[in-house]
Amino acid sequence: MAQYETVIGLEVHVELKTRTKIFCHSSTAFGGDPNTHVCPVCLGLPGVLPVLNREVLEYAVRVGLALNCKIAGFSKFDRKNYYYPDLPKNYQISQYDLPLAEHGYLNINVDGNVKRIGITRVHMEEDAGKLVHQGTISTTPYSLVDYNRTGVPLVEIVSEPDMRSPEEARAYLEKLKAVILYTGVSDCKMEEGSLRCDANVSVRPPGSHGFGTKTEIKNMNSFKALQRALHYEVERQIGILEEGGRIVQETRTWDEARGVTLSMRSKEQAHDYRYFPDPDLVPLVIDREWVEKIRASLPELPDQRKARYVKEYGIPEYDASVITATKEMADYFEQCLACYSNAKAVSNWVMGDLLRLLNARDMDITRCRVSPSRLAGMLRLIDGGTISGKIAKTVFEEMFETGRDPETIVREKGLVQISDEGAIAAVVDEVLAANRKVVDDFRAGKEKALGFLVGQVMKLTRGKANPEMVNKIIREKLK
Amino acid sequence: MDFCYMPAHELHRRLAAREISAEELCRAVLERIETVGGKLGSFITVTGDLALEQARAVDKRIASGEEIPILAGIPVAVKDNMCTEGIRTTCGSRILHNFVPPYSAAVVEKILARGMVMVGKTNLDEFAMGSSNENSGFFPASNPWDVDRVPGGSSGGSAVAVAAGQAVVALGSDTGGSIRQPASLCGVVGMKPTYGAVSRYGLVAYASSLDQIGPISRDVTDCALMLNLIAGHDPRDSTSAPGDRPDYTAFLNREIKGLKVGVPKEYMGDGIDPGVRGVVNEALGVISSLGAEIGEASLPHSKYAIPAYYLIATAEASSNLARYDGVSYGYRAEDPGDVVDMYAKTRSRGFGTEVKRRIMLGTYALSAGYYDAYYLKALKVRTLIKRDFDRAFEKFDVLICPTSPTTAFRKGEKMDDPLQMYLSDITTISVNLAGIPGISVPAGFSGGLPVGMQIMGRPFAEGTVLQVAHAFEKNTGHHKKFPSL
Repeated sequence: MAQYETVIGLEVHVELKTRTKIFCHSSTAFGGDPNTHVCPVCLGLPGVLPVLNREVLEYAVRVGLALNCKIAGFSKFDRKNYYYPDLPKNYQISQYDLPLAEHGYLNINVDGNVKRIGITRVHMEEDAGKLVHQGTISTTPYSLVDYNRTGVPLVEIVSEPDMRSPEEARAYLEKLKAVILYTGVSDCKMEEGSLRCDANVSVRPPGSHGFGTKTEIKNMNSFKALQRALHYEVERQIGILEEGGRIVQETRTWDEARGVTLSMRSKEQAHDYRYFPDPDLVPLVIDREWVEKIRASLPELPDQRKARYVKEYGIPEYDASVITATKEMADYFEQCLACYSNAKAVSNWVMGDLLRLLNARDMDITRCRVSPSRLAGMLRLIDGGTISGKIAKTVFEEMFETGRDPETIVREKGLVQISDEGAIAAVVDEVLAANRKVVDDFRAGKEKALGFLVGQVMKLTRGKANPEMVNKIIREKLK
Repeated sequence: MDFCYMPAHELHRRLAAREISAEELCRAVLERIETVGGKLGSFITVTGDLALEQARAVDKRIASGEEIPILAGIPVAVKDNMCTEGIRTTCGSRILHNFVPPYSAAVVEKILARGMVMVGKTNLDEFAMGSSNENSGFFPASNPWDVDRVPGGSSGGSAVAVAAGQAVVALGSDTGGSIRQPASLCGVVGMKPTYGAVSRYGLVAYASSLDQIGPISRDVTDCALMLNLIAGHDPRDSTSAPGDRPDYTAFLNREIKGLKVGVPKEYMGDGIDPGVRGVVNEALGVISSLGAEIGEASLPHSKYAIPAYYLIATAEASSNLARYDGVSYGYRAEDPGDVVDMYAKTRSRGFGTEVKRRIMLGTYALSAGYYDAYYLKALKVRTLIKRDFDRAFEKFDVLICPTSPTTAFRKGEKMDDPLQMYLSDITTISVNLAGIPGISVPAGFSGGLPVGMQIMGRPFAEGTVLQVAHAFEKNTGHHKKFPSL
C-alpha cells in the first residue's frame, strides 16, 4: 500500500440561502409541497427569460473572497446542455470559461501542520429539480418531477488535486463547510443537499509528478461517506494496478449500503455539454469597489479567529481550532468571555463538558440551553468557593438538561461547598477513627492512603466538602 | 371605403368621433378572417369572443365620455410565438399544439393594457424558422396578392392578416428578416427594431441574440404608433436596453433634405431580381428628389452573413428548443419505452423537417472539436459585419436596399432547396447580426407583386428610419393599394 500516493480533488456544490432563486422570484425554501415554489421562469416554460438575482452574485463573491480567490472583473454565464427530466430547459445555466472567482486556497490541519489546498475556481449555477421514483430508479413504472429546487442558486467550488488521503479530503470539506458557514451564505446541510461533494481520485507511485488515471466519485452524502468511499476507491484502484490492470476513466457512484463504488458511465459515454455563452444574460462587469466593500463586510474567518484566540487569550492552538470550527461555537465562547474574564477556564468547559454533552445528544450549540451568562455564573461560583470543581460538573449537567441558572440549582440541591473548618474536622475525625489501618499506612509513608481518606470525607459530605481544606485538615491531624 | 383597410390612426379618429364603434370594427375584421381566412391560412387561432368582449369594453369607455388612448379598440393580430395567457400558443409546431401559457408576453400585456382588440394568433413557419410560411406545422399561409405564392416568413400570417384586412396591425418577430421579408412580399410596412428596444419576455425563443419583436402595419404612422406602445425597458429581459424610448411619431413629417442615404452595393447587384432592383432604384429617385443625398455604401463582409447566421442562429436554437421534450407540457409521444425513447419519439414526431435540420446544424456547430471552427468563427464574422455597418453609418444616416431579392415566389418552389430558401433573407440577415433597426416599406410593384424597400439605421435610430420611410410614403401611394380577394 505504501508504494502508492493518493491524489484527490473535490468538486463541492453549495446552495446559497438567498430568499429567492437565481433567475426568478420563486422561493428557495427547503421542502414545501412538490411544485409549489415555482414560476414560469424556473419551470423553463416557452418564452421566459432569466434575470440574475443580485444577491446571488454578492453571496458568491463572499464565498470567493473567503476562499482567498481573485474575483473576476468580467464574467459571464454559459449554457451546459444535457437532457434530464429534472432539468426543465434541458440546459443548466452555469459558468464555463470565465468563472466568477479563481486561484484561491484553503488551509487545513494535517497532523498538527498547516497544509494549503488550492482552490481552482468558484462559479455560480442553477440547481436542478428532483425526480421522485416509486421504489428504485430501475424498477419504477413512472417518475414524478418536483421543480421546487430548480433554479436554487449554487456555487461550485473546485479544488486543485492537492489532497493526499481520504482524511485530508474530509478535513478540507469540513474546513470548507466551516468557512462558508462563517460567511453566512449557506447552511451547508449535507443531509438536505445544501452541501454536496464529488471527488476525483487517482493513485500514483510516490515521487512521480504525473497523475494516474482518475475516477470521479458521486453520491457521497456525509463526511463519513466521503471518507469511506475514498478509502474504498483508493484500495480498488491499487488492487487493479497491483494485478497489472489499468484504471478506466469513468464516473462511479458510492453505494452506501454495500460500501462500494460502482461504475455509472465511462469516459466514452461522457456528455458533450456543448457549452456556449447564454444569449439571454448579459456579461457581468464586476465593480472593484463593490468587491472591496464585500471584503470589508466579511466576518472574521476561522483561521483569523483562531490566531486571535491563541494570541489574545493564550489558549492552546488545538483548543482554539476546536472552538473556532463553527462560528456558533466561537460566538458562544466570546459571549461567555463578555461576562467572565478567565478564557482558559471557559475554553476548558466548552471543550470539555459542553462538547461532550452536545456530542452525546448529537446537538449543535445553537440548541444548547445553557446560556453563556449562566455558564459564566457557574464559573464564578467555583471561583468564589461556593461549589467545588467536581460539584460544578453535576451542576452543569443539570443546567444542560433544564436550562436553569446555577445558583438556584446549587441552593435547591444543597450543593453549597462546606468550608467550615470545624464541620470538616468533625467528619475527618470520624473517618480517621473508622480507618485505623489506612491511617497507619499513611504514617508508614504510603502517600496514596491520603487519597482514600479524602475520598471517604467527600463521600460522607456528599462531595460538598472543600477538597483543599479536607486535604489540609487530614494532614494536620496526622502529623 | 371598407374600414378593414384603414390605418389605425384613421380608425382612431373615427372611433373617437363615434363614426364607428369598436365592436363594429371588430366584427368587420372577424368577418374578413371568416370569409378569406380559409383561403389565406393566416390564423392558427381566432379569438373572436375575447376580441368582441375587449371591443365592447372600449365602446363602454367611449360611451362614458372617456377620451380613449390611441390604438385602443384597434384590432391587432399576434404572431403565435408570443405567449398569451389562457390562449393556446403553438409556435406553428405540433410539439406545442396544446400549449396554453399561464402568462402573457410583455408586448401582449402592453397591447391589452392599451385596450387593443386581439383577434387571434397568426400562422408562422414552425418556431419562426423559414422564409415562406410553408414550414408551419399546421398549414401554409398564402399571399393575398396571389394565393399560389408564399406570403414570406416567418411572420407570414401577421403580414397576410394586415394586407388582407384581417387585422389593422399585427405583431411579428424577426430573427433574420421574419418581419421585413413577409411585409415586403405582402405589400405592408414591417419593422425590426434595434435589438433590446422591445422586451423579448414571452416571445418563444428561436435565436435569442437575434430575435426581436416588431410591428406590421398598413402605413408608417401606424408603425411608429405601435413602436411607441411596445418599445421600452423591461426588467424581466436582461437584454432589454435601459432608459426611455423617444416618441417615434415625432420623427414623422420631418423633412429629409440633406440626409445622407447609402446604398450598399452588395445588396443591389447579382442575385437581386432586375424587376425588384428597378423598383428600388425608382424609389431612391423619389428619396433623392426630396433632397436626400444618395451615395454608394459598402458592407464588404455581407457575403459571410448567411453562413454566420445559420451557425449562430442554429446553435442558439439547438439549445433553446431542447426544452420541448414531452416531460411537462406540449406533445408527448403516446408510446414511450423509457425516458430516452420518450425524448426521441416526442421530438422526432413533434418537430418538422426544417426545425430538425436547424437543431442538428446547431448541435453540430457547438460540438466538441467543432466549436472554434464554426460557432466561434461565426461570432467573429458577426463582429466584422457590425463593424461594416458602423463604418457605413459614419458616412450615412440610413442605408437603403431591397428587402428581399425577389417578389413573392411560388409555393413549393424552394422547399426542396434550403439554400435557395435561405438566400431570400440575404439583405435582411445582416441587420439582425448587427442588431440595428430596419424597416420594409411598400416601394412599388413588379409583375403585379409588391416590392419592399428596406431602410436601415444606426442602433436605436428608429426615429430616423421612420422619418425617411414616412417621407417616402407621403410622396408615393403604394401602401394604399390592396389585393383584391
